Amino acid sequence: MTAATVTARRSFDETTARVAVTSRERKIAFSFRNVTKQFGDKTVLHGIDLDVHDGEFVAVIGKSGCGKSTLLRLLAGLDKPTSGELVHGAETKDQKRTRIMFQEPRLLPWARVGANVDVGLTGIAKGAEVRQKSLDILAEVGLADRSEEWPSVLSGGQRQRVALARALVGHPRILALDEPLGALDALTRIEMQQLLERIWLSKKFTAVLVTHDVAEAVALADRVVVIDSGRIALDLAIPVERPRRHASPELAFFERQILDQLYKQKAP
Amino acid sequence: MSRALQSIGRSAIGWLLPALLLAGWEIASRAGVISANVLPAPSAVGAAFWKLLLSGELLENIRISTLRALSGFVVGGAIGFGLGLANGLSALSRGLTDTTIQMIRNIPHLALIPLVILWFGIDEEAKLFLVALGVFFPIYINTLLGIQGVDPQLVEMGRIYGMSRSQLFIRVILPGALPSIFVGLRYALGIMWLTLIVAETISASSGLGYMAMQAREFLLIDVVVLSILIYALLGKLADSLARYLERLSLQWHPAFQNV
Repeated sequence: MTAATVTARRSFDETTARVAVTSRERKIAFSFRNVTKQFGDKTVLHGIDLDVHDGEFVAVIGKSGCGKSTLLRLLAGLDKPTSGELVHGAETKDQKRTRIMFQEPRLLPWARVGANVDVGLTGIAKGAEVRQKSLDILAEVGLADRSEEWPSVLSGGQRQRVALARALVGHPRILALDEPLGALDALTRIEMQQLLERIWLSKKFTAVLVTHDVAEAVALADRVVVIDSGRIALDLAIPVERPRRHASPELAFFERQILDQLYKQKAP
Repeated sequence: MSRALQSIGRSAIGWLLPALLLAGWEIASRAGVISANVLPAPSAVGAAFWKLLLSGELLENIRISTLRALSGFVVGGAIGFGLGLANGLSALSRGLTDTTIQMIRNIPHLALIPLVILWFGIDEEAKLFLVALGVFFPIYINTLLGIQGVDPQLVEMGRIYGMSRSQLFIRVILPGALPSIFVGLRYALGIMWLTLIVAETISASSGLGYMAMQAREFLLIDVVVLSILIYALLGKLADSLARYLERLSLQWHPAFQNV
């Protein structure tokens, strides 16, 4: 063990206790209770139990086909569990509002950037209020001056930022992210991770990020859940202070643990 | 300013070839290479045009033909568009009607002319029916294809954001289907003129097709050629109009940007 991992280890041991205490006090955002999902006779999720707290940033990791995207679709209400239930901590419709962001931005090509963000306020706001909110959120993602452009002239990273603005403009309590940065180049991806972290810190929503990028998961999440063949194989807190430095030794320590779990190797 | 000139230059280049052809034709006619009984010189066609224009006969025939074409187009187009929407949006409607429509589609609509004459005689209904039938299929098929081709990911996105069925239709499905609908529109305009020409040459007592047939009876070959040229111009006009509308409503499309 190198000196760095030892320090990381120590800080990990010290902070897990604290995280455990604070998370007990915090409200539950949503819970999966013994959730099973089958498509035909193929079982994708086997009795998942997962509590996520209000304002927590959870990353869900797993190999392709492990059921992580299905988990997210259940959370976003796009599919219904075969058995078990998904319970929300909040009661009102506004507080339960969940938005999902996909790997592809899914912008309407025939609507200008601003109008695409307006879609996020469908049934929430009307008229001049919509315009103002859209412009505000576009400014937050750094696209204040692009609201009159067509999506086709934007770069991949910019399109994904518009999609993020659209997801956030309605102030969701839960943001589900299905590999939203998967199609971006490495540098743009790091930029987007920083943007995502900054916005999450300021808006305090609950974030669930599905990804296959372990470095991304440990860089962003308070907690990483590893799913293997439809079951939770590891639920690991990442008690590293923010802002986090990309590829720091502490993060590398947690990254190693997760990779070991994924490839079933014991740490030396 | 220079950009405006450039765009004029670009559209002018398309007229270069027709102009050269006309010039060559005139020269060949004057030199006696082309006999006036086979193909009159452009100047002779121009003289015929002027004569018919002054007598008011030409404009009246163009008016009648255009009216026929457009009314058939509106009727057939509206039915095709409506059914295309219905079948694109509802599996029940599609299951019920699509097979029948595909069967009818395989009959060339001009093959119905004898039957149509028996039904309607040579009255306006006959032309209206044929044009409407011809226009119906390209509009129907392309509307249906357009709606079926709308990206299901965008539809899912619309649902997630809580769009109602009508919002989903207006903001996602219809704009998504529009490029394909325009393809149908342009096909339909072509078929509209084609059908009308055939219908008018076979059974009519007015209109451009009738004018051409009358001219043939009296061996007025310059008038025959004139009618054909006018058909070409009207067809081009309709197509340009469709392209203009297309460009106007598909500004978002990368293919129509920076044009």
